[in-house]
Amino acid sequence: MKIPLSYSMRNLLTRRMTTLLTASGMALVVMVFAATLMLTDGLQKTLVATGSPDNVIVIRKGAQTEVQSGVERQQANLVESLPGIAIGSDGSRLLAKELVVLINLPKRGSNKPSNVVIRGTSPASLALRPQVRLVEGRMPRSGSSEIMTGSGIARRFQGTGIGEHLRFGMRDWTVVGIFDGGTTGFNSEVWGDVDQLMQAFRRPVYSSMLFRLADSSRFDRFKELVESDPRLTLEAKREPRYYLDQSEAMAKFLNILGMTLTIIFSLGAIIGAMITMYASVANRVGEIGTLRALGFRRSSILAAFLAEALILGLIGGLAGVFCASFLQLITISTMNWQTFSELSFSFSLTPVTALVSIVFSLFMGLAGGLIPALRAGRISIVDALRES
Amino acid sequence: MAATSDIVTIRNVTKSYRRGNQLVPVLEDISFDIHSGEFLALMGPSGSGKSTLLNLIAGIDKVDSGSIIIGGCEITTLNETELAGWRAVNVGFVFQFYNLIPVLTAYENVELPLLLTRLSRRERREHVEAALEIVSLTDRMDHRPSQLSGGQQQRVAVARAIVTDPAILVADEPTGDLDRVSAGEILSLMDHLVQDFHKTIIMVTHDPRAAEKAHSIRHLEKGLLTDG
Amino acid sequence: MFMVKYILRNAFRHKLRALLTVTGVAIAILAFGLLRTLVGLWYLGVESSSSTRLVARNAISLVFSLPISYKERIRQIPGVTKAGAMSWFGGIYISEKNFFPNFAIEPQAFLDLYPEFLLSPEEQKGFLLDRQGAVVGRKLAAKQGWKLGDRVILKGTIYPGQWDFVIRGIYRGAQRSTDETQFFFNWDYLNETLRRTIPRRADQTGIYIIGVSKPEKAAEVAQAIDLTFKNSLAETMTETEKAFQLSFVSMTEAIMIAIKIVSYVVIVIIMVVAANTMAMTARERIAEYATLKTLGFQWYHVAGAVFGESLFIAALGGIAGIFGTFPAAGVIETELSQFFPSFQVTATTIVLQMTAAVLVGTTAAIFPTWRAATIRIADGLRRIG
Repeated sequence: MKIPLSYSMRNLLTRRMTTLLTASGMALVVMVFAATLMLTDGLQKTLVATGSPDNVIVIRKGAQTEVQSGVERQQANLVESLPGIAIGSDGSRLLAKELVVLINLPKRGSNKPSNVVIRGTSPASLALRPQVRLVEGRMPRSGSSEIMTGSGIARRFQGTGIGEHLRFGMRDWTVVGIFDGGTTGFNSEVWGDVDQLMQAFRRPVYSSMLFRLADSSRFDRFKELVESDPRLTLEAKREPRYYLDQSEAMAKFLNILGMTLTIIFSLGAIIGAMITMYASVANRVGEIGTLRALGFRRSSILAAFLAEALILGLIGGLAGVFCASFLQLITISTMNWQTFSELSFSFSLTPVTALVSIVFSLFMGLAGGLIPALRAGRISIVDALRES
Repeated sequence: MAATSDIVTIRNVTKSYRRGNQLVPVLEDISFDIHSGEFLALMGPSGSGKSTLLNLIAGIDKVDSGSIIIGGCEITTLNETELAGWRAVNVGFVFQFYNLIPVLTAYENVELPLLLTRLSRRERREHVEAALEIVSLTDRMDHRPSQLSGGQQQRVAVARAIVTDPAILVADEPTGDLDRVSAGEILSLMDHLVQDFHKTIIMVTHDPRAAEKAHSIRHLEKGLLTDG
Repeated sequence: MFMVKYILRNAFRHKLRALLTVTGVAIAILAFGLLRTLVGLWYLGVESSSSTRLVARNAISLVFSLPISYKERIRQIPGVTKAGAMSWFGGIYISEKNFFPNFAIEPQAFLDLYPEFLLSPEEQKGFLLDRQGAVVGRKLAAKQGWKLGDRVILKGTIYPGQWDFVIRGIYRGAQRSTDETQFFFNWDYLNETLRRTIPRRADQTGIYIIGVSKPEKAAEVAQAIDLTFKNSLAETMTETEKAFQLSFVSMTEAIMIAIKIVSYVVIVIIMVVAANTMAMTARERIAEYATLKTLGFQWYHVAGAVFGESLFIAALGGIAGIFGTFPAAGVIETELSQFFPSFQVTATTIVLQMTAAVLVGTTAAIFPTWRAATIRIADGLRRIG
């Protein structure tokens, strides 16, 4: 004989205050848990979107980032002449030789300086990055001191709005355009002509090369070709891989921190659920005796209390995920330790995260409710009736 | 009976409770006197208002209108704080379910009301031991309530009620939760308190045997006195 | 006296519940303490940095270097006592997992400008004399099992190639908070190698570490330095070491803010749990509180009993949590030494922890205390029957 689910529901309803408090404790934990997953997802999403799988990036061997890398002009020419690089619609190779450096720019308002990536681009740079498009003004003319800024930068840094000027390398640079890079890392960059920037910064070498392969499946052979050439002290990576590697430390840090916190916090919530469920059992000893006397089995009693704990977990889980969904409105921008440049990303709620969070909450309910429920199931009829 | 010996004077007392948005009358225009040294039983069916009346006399509930004068003090005019102080000195309570504090020993339970007085530790000890002596539980004073039988617990409750030597004892179904023998013991004890210590006892009860022990009985029905 | 006895006995009336609540509070306070310590560590570099040291870097950004020819010119600026070149090397030892900060620095400048790194006279001499000499922190040496005279090879990321070093000194920190996980080697070794391999990158330094005669003149000196190189190919940006460190820290501030918020969340969670428990406990005892009031106890006696119990349990949890913080911090310090050079629990953190525990106890008590204080006796008593 089974005790209907409505019995468990009603019991929770009767003790509204307790139910509410216990569920809110769990909801907060679920929120922290979900936030952790959302942050890692958000970071991943930004990084994956930044690279396209058909693109290959070449940097100096051993350099982990474009900023640390250097590609000599002769090396660049050698790579350019390798077979297998795609040809664009205008008949030229889809290959960009780029310069990547950091400049210190003060933020609007707070005046606090932060590192911003400035990228010297070639004509093919934009074509290689379909996620990036001009949204305001015009493209910088090549051979001029004109630059364009990502929409993530233009809002936040001084002198990066359209028509404004930046001063570096003993020159004034005019912002003539603003581009939108969506959720990609390019959105936080400043772009200008590669040759002009190399002159201004007195850097005779490129930082990296980016190109598309005519046949993406031949990447491994191409990589082999580049890395085995003794004249080229370079390495080739698929673009998404490169960006993932670059933020590995950040992702790992967020993950470890988030998981540690979740484990500690969930202990608190499980204890909360346990206290509630113990009290729920203690307050209803007489009732349990009556139910048993009426012929309900121990297992039914156990199930009824477990159901109560699970419902509690479900409420907490749903509330937690609901609250966490609002975190998607927040963008985190921080320095990536590996590149020393700004990295911004948002919380991203995927259906998997939502589901996992709710399952996690159910687990907390179960963990908190199991021992009290076992106790409820074990109560003997005689004792229970006497106690009432 | 002479008016001067009246310890409790109740005049035109009315009391109703709010249930939802409905006003349910509980007591309607009750007036009577209780004289000093009386052992009074209040009887009546459930919901007749007898417990409410007892609570009003004991100063743990407030009248809607009317007045209650006890030992010359009109308690219906006192505020919450004054009432608490008044109760500590003038009334002793015995409840149906004993209402002992489970974490305290019998001795500590009896000592409770004395903590509100200025008595020294040694004086308190004398009082507590005397009270426990009266209920014949001196040997159980270090036991917790859960280690005592129902009858013993109720005797501790009686000791707690008399330890401050109040003139009045109120008892709400003092035998309601006890077996026959224990109930008999409690009733004899109460009789003893009236006879030898000149206490005034007001007792609400369902139990006809309890009522037999009382000197006088008043019946309540639907908020009205049906006799006297 | 009675109140204390009553509160104590009440607190342990439901032993299991009390145990669970105390454990919960303890865990939360422990987590709170560790998170606060973590936040404090973020700023540790800032706090332990000296205000008598200035850092000059390229005004564009740290990625750009400064010519070594600046050194003499900086030295001649009034108020400057010493100046030395220092470069972030970014080398990897065997694999990226073994991360530790490594710098090329002029040995004499290192010995003069960093009194907080303690070395014996022999070690100092060894470092000064050996081109390929390196000085490492005590904790780093212990972790990697390095001894004096050991050869260590780092793989360059910014400066390509394999770089060979000999450990000439193992420094101890002057304070417990001094970072003992760093690796310093002779700047001349880096520069001379670059002259042979990549001449265009030679004779350049990442930053200059500059000593000033009086701390109060630091700002003035910094301005004078920047003015000297104004409108040159490499303009400088000079600030105190503290400000320099702070600029790094502020760039990762978002993460610190998140950790701070989370440290409050854990307190809120346990507040909710404790409030629930206290409300439940008070509800179960409402008849008892009504009895006390019947006996003549005033509202504040009853309120005090509820409040005291809540505070007592929270304080117990708080104390347990604080006691747990020290071993936990110790474990973190040894197990995660590559992330945290030191993991010291400060007095401020302990005060914060205790405050948080008291806050939990107080908040949890508000509703039940109010209920117990205002319960009408007649209602309270009726609950039993």
